[in-house]
Amino acid sequence: MLTRRQFLKVGVASGVVLAGAGWLATRRGRAPAPGFQWLDERSARIVTALVPAVLEGALPAAQPARGDAVREAVAAFDRAVSGLSPPVQEEIAQLFALLGLAAGRFIVAGVRSEWAEATGEEVTAFLARWRSSRFGLLRAGYQALTQLIIASWYGNPASWERIGYPGPPTLEPPPS
Amino acid sequence: MIADPLRDGIAAGWKVIDAAALDRDLALEADVVIAGSGAGGGVTAEILAQAGLSVVIVEEGPLRSSSDFRMREREAYPQLYQESAGRQTADKAITILQGRSVGGSTTVNWTSSFRTPPTTLAHWRHDFGLALAGEPDLAPWFERMEERLSIAPWPVAPNENNDILRRGCEKLGFPAAAIRRNVKGCWNLGYCGMGCPTNAKQSMLVTTIPGALAKGATLLHRARVERLVASGDRIVSAQARGVAASGAQPGPYRIRLAARHYVLSAGAIGSPAVLLRSELPDPHELVGKRTFLHPTVVSAAVMPWEVKGFEGAPQSIYSDHFLDSVPVDGPVGYKLEAPPLHPILAGITLPGYGTRHAAWMKEFANLQVVIALLRDGFHPGSPGGRVILRADGTPALDYPLGDFLREGMRRAYLTMAEIQFAAGAKTVMPLHEDGGPAASWAEAKSAIAALPMAALHPRIVSAHVMGGCAMGPDARRAVVDERGRHHHLANLSVHDGSLFPTSIGANPQLSIYAFAARMAAGLARELAPAPGRAG
Repeated sequence: MLTRRQFLKVGVASGVVLAGAGWLATRRGRAPAPGFQWLDERSARIVTALVPAVLEGALPAAQPARGDAVREAVAAFDRAVSGLSPPVQEEIAQLFALLGLAAGRFIVAGVRSEWAEATGEEVTAFLARWRSSRFGLLRAGYQALTQLIIASWYGNPASWERIGYPGPPTLEPPPS
Repeated sequence: MIADPLRDGIAAGWKVIDAAALDRDLALEADVVIAGSGAGGGVTAEILAQAGLSVVIVEEGPLRSSSDFRMREREAYPQLYQESAGRQTADKAITILQGRSVGGSTTVNWTSSFRTPPTTLAHWRHDFGLALAGEPDLAPWFERMEERLSIAPWPVAPNENNDILRRGCEKLGFPAAAIRRNVKGCWNLGYCGMGCPTNAKQSMLVTTIPGALAKGATLLHRARVERLVASGDRIVSAQARGVAASGAQPGPYRIRLAARHYVLSAGAIGSPAVLLRSELPDPHELVGKRTFLHPTVVSAAVMPWEVKGFEGAPQSIYSDHFLDSVPVDGPVGYKLEAPPLHPILAGITLPGYGTRHAAWMKEFANLQVVIALLRDGFHPGSPGGRVILRADGTPALDYPLGDFLREGMRRAYLTMAEIQFAAGAKTVMPLHEDGGPAASWAEAKSAIAALPMAALHPRIVSAHVMGGCAMGPDARRAVVDERGRHHHLANLSVHDGSLFPTSIGANPQLSIYAFAARMAAGLARELAPAPGRAG
């Protein structure tokens, strides 16, 4: 939960939304969506909206490869969070609770549309806003989301050819 | 086919218990219980077991060995690191790479082996009153561990990523040298950080832990020591719990460990956390304070040629010019090294997102990276961080970055850019949310001067957690004495990176090995059945 110091730091309007989101995250309990270990339906929609913006220029441009890559990144995001410790999972749940509330999405993230309908420009503007926010809490949220998504993509061998990474070597003994 | 000494040993009857697979509560007795199987716990376990003592080693992480090490980041990080290699300070400003499997961080470190620098030892003697931290006092223990772990000069040429650091330093007149490594028959693959698949790295996993198990020690893995129970000035038991098979949640079964002596080797976050949870005497409120990280800033360069930082021994060249040319208690000094480059680690450390991030990743094979490790803890402006307990009893590290370290980070960014341009870089970028690529040293200089250094602007990493249970003769300033013995409890020791009263100013593994070996030998003399046997 937010400390008073953090609350004052993020400003009153955002603070009200953040505190409400934290409260909601704890109160509601979370149920993973079908096919996921951790992401619920709402957070899966948010990650699906973020992935193309965070990985713009890195994902394959053409379908169906692009759709597969996005789905695989969302699935890897899910696996990654489910391997974290309970307190860290709880922090990420609070972040999604905030972004999933209409008020949070609108006031704190500055995204008008529902996540499923948000345009690439809207999502990119949200990332830029949090990235350079004067509030450390929002900068931390930006880094958590972008780093989890970037890790989810670059762990996938499908991402390696574009960056010139041959993948791990095979274990042939070195020539003597 | 590469032999897997752990699987072979278990097949031959070593006592290894997976606490995640328990179907009932468990009680074990031993002469000594050791919490943690990393650099401190591994060395301690072997020395005590060789002295004829019965030992139980408790490790929170899983047992993974060479057959499991497939050199894939997305498998290795969740299996072998705290928080899947994403452990962070409380404000999320520093990402901490810390091991979490049998062997601890030694299973995943990059093999760099340095004796504790003489300047650091002198500072500990003069400012912290350590009487046993003279170079001649420690030399035999360094020698002993260097021999045990095959620590020697690395005769192979550095990979290009490291050689660029060497050449850049040479051009500018900064002394640089080769790093000694704890390897035997190294294949020069470059995947030390994902568990050595050939068992060449002489980590605790393939040396002292097997050594202890062969002498009858018991290894209990996927079990977390929750608290030590004291009666008067003695610990009477340790309470532990299996970790659920998923690895993240505590399991249902309780484990009770009873011993004559208890050693905490759970690392500089884990050991203070056990002490804090146990609410043991701490009259001067020292436990978990003065925790140090070698906060590390990173600079990436695009070279006109292929670097392939993913191939070859990951860390083989260093420069101490910016440690040795400044007073130890003056403006913060830094050690220069190079890291391995793999897609996930590079991807999450490069700042930004979208097309800008993708453009840097496209240069992945030509990327050269230098890191600067700040020597924290030697100056009043660098008091370190503090281990605190969350509501569920798990630890968090609060580490505020003050102006003193921020100033050093800026100098370090400048140094690294200068070296990279001297070595022929096309562009250089400080890994910082507001950093952009500079095409010349002059351009980099003015851009770096303007960078904000507040938390969560610079990308800061740490692979070295130290302090929090400082050793020293004065109970008002230290948690344990120079034998590693708790100042207020008769049968409790700390043997790990949390012993150090400041950061080390060098990669810590060999310092931990040597101090732990001396402390363990002392303990063995005291506890062992046959007198005069020092292990």
